[in-house]
Amino acid sequence: MDLFEHQAKELFAEYGIPVPRGVVAHTAEEARAAAEQLTGRVVVKAQVKTGGRGKAGGVKVADDAGDAHDKATQILGMDIKGHTVHKVLIEEASQIAEEYYFSFLLDRANRTFLAICSAAGGMDIEEVAHTAPEKVAKVPVNPIEGVDLARAREIAQAGGLPEQSLDGAAALIEKLWAVFVDEDATLVEVNPMILSADGQVKALDGKVTLDENANFRQAEHASYVDKAAEDPLEARAKEKHLNYVKLDGTVGIIGNGAGLVMSTLDVVAYAGEAFPGTPKPANFLDIGGGASAEVMANGLEIILSDPSVKSVFVNVFGGITACDAVANGIVSAFQLLESRGEAVTHPLVVRLDGNNAALGRQILADAGLPRVELVDTMDDAAKRAAELAAVGA
Amino acid sequence: MAIWLTENSKIIVQGMTGGEGTKHTRRMLASGAKVVGGVNARKAGTVHEGLPVFGTVKEAMEQTGADVSVVFVPPAFTKDAVKEAIDAEIPLCVVITEGVPVHDTTEFWAYAGAKGNKTRIIGPNCPGIASPGASNAGIIPADITTPGRVGLVSKSGTLTYQLMYELRDFGFSTCVGIGGDPVIGTTHIDALQAFQDDPATEAIVMIGEIGGDAEERAAAYIEEHVTKPVVAYVAGFTAPEGKTMGHAGAIVSGSAGTAQAKKEALEKVGVRVGKTPSETARLMREIMQSR
Repeated sequence: MDLFEHQAKELFAEYGIPVPRGVVAHTAEEARAAAEQLTGRVVVKAQVKTGGRGKAGGVKVADDAGDAHDKATQILGMDIKGHTVHKVLIEEASQIAEEYYFSFLLDRANRTFLAICSAAGGMDIEEVAHTAPEKVAKVPVNPIEGVDLARAREIAQAGGLPEQSLDGAAALIEKLWAVFVDEDATLVEVNPMILSADGQVKALDGKVTLDENANFRQAEHASYVDKAAEDPLEARAKEKHLNYVKLDGTVGIIGNGAGLVMSTLDVVAYAGEAFPGTPKPANFLDIGGGASAEVMANGLEIILSDPSVKSVFVNVFGGITACDAVANGIVSAFQLLESRGEAVTHPLVVRLDGNNAALGRQILADAGLPRVELVDTMDDAAKRAAELAAVGA
Repeated sequence: MAIWLTENSKIIVQGMTGGEGTKHTRRMLASGAKVVGGVNARKAGTVHEGLPVFGTVKEAMEQTGADVSVVFVPPAFTKDAVKEAIDAEIPLCVVITEGVPVHDTTEFWAYAGAKGNKTRIIGPNCPGIASPGASNAGIIPADITTPGRVGLVSKSGTLTYQLMYELRDFGFSTCVGIGGDPVIGTTHIDALQAFQDDPATEAIVMIGEIGGDAEERAAAYIEEHVTKPVVAYVAGFTAPEGKTMGHAGAIVSGSAGTAQAKKEALEKVGVRVGKTPSETARLMREIMQSR
């Protein structure tokens, strides 16, 4: 889960990392009030979870409260790389002497953590990393040893930071390591980390990604969930503990196992190319290895309540939960949905393979469910589901 | 023969007395795997599913000669369970648990390195390892395939099962599910190397998915070191950027980690990549039939 800049900075401040004073505003009027409170020149910054805000015009300096109101009016509602700006951060303007780059992140390839530090920070760091990689220090961090003040200073030195910034940078980096570990982050990034005109090293921006697998020990992270930006179907699925991602097509997908479902999306997309309107998958939904009738019913319910869905493809490989159990689950799911007053009106293509596949198919055939079609292979079933979606479209 | 897990492997289960641990201990026993005991400090000295429960991994190894541990403990306790297995220097530790914080995995991985890498770790968030007809450590259904000459390594559980099933007439030497987390113990490359060295394995199926660059690195390894035929499948061509697709590690970040890039890297070194799981099975079928 990514945090907004203002959330990242609030977190930084809790750990004693120097950040500029700032106030979040949702309207131009709130922006004016915030600027009055802060006094002097302020920066109006779009709060969106994507990079390149500055280049997109989402960060503007305002001379006074009236100007802050006008700049906020321009920025609120902007679209930055598909993200609508719903709030801005009004922040005291900083006197910047130098801009650096710093981050801690998970290095998947080497299965360790990495500190990245450069004296050439700011908007063009990616460009610098490309054209002058020697200016960007990448220092592996052993998770057992961690980062103390001395190590933090070494990293800042490796990044080429000047002598006068080393102490301030080291103190900031040590605290940032505490954020990274204690908050179960997979990324903490400060770009730019600045040396201000009065000689202070500060975090002028903040980007934090949190590991959702750690939610069981990070109860307060639940408050960071951006409910406004959540897809309503994804939110409902989450409440039912379903692993669901909304996509923009018309073929509803249910399967067991993340890899199989990802593969199902691909196979349906390929199959769709042959039909008018090129039907695509409407969602990702993994109901897990041992799917019960209730989970199947909940999954079907979510998918059938998506107005863009024209057909549904249930793709199950029977392993530990054999196909006869899955078939019984589908039959019960239909009964359960009927009892909830939600009759299945869309065509449903079911592919059962693996253990007891023949028995499972027999159970479904005998049940005589309306609008259910059995197809033997995944590829053929994908074709049929795409075809039905094309006809229904 | 097989890799890492043979008919002589003696398995203990960490977390055997829990719900999942109990269910899968039963299944492993039913498949013929030599499960010899369990570990639970609070239930040491008791008997569960007809097997002795020990207080520590070390004690279980001393008493039973176990050389494989399968971990079913909940995410909050997985790090300590794996570190205990590393301290006991058990040769193979298979971590089934899903939802382990990546800081914990990274820490126990570093811990294994600091202790001299005496324990091979598979997982976390994986279905385990099966050498059909010989042994089964984890949750892979034992009855969907047969012993044979194909080796399989995969990030995904159900896609593993799908390929095991489609190629059941040829059968498998060993199938390794390495797991879908961003940080894992055993990698595609480790398995490719072991299959290359295993005389019983004639050809290799490799299954990858979006996220990270493990498949690209595996491709580079294949070019240098693997002479046996490799057929691959990559899932997630239609996955949107920035969304986690079920597995914690399955995410396309910007232009990195895409299925297309992985496919191209593999094809560049002569690996045939199937467009669907069934086509992947067909490609392997052609190879096996021509041998």
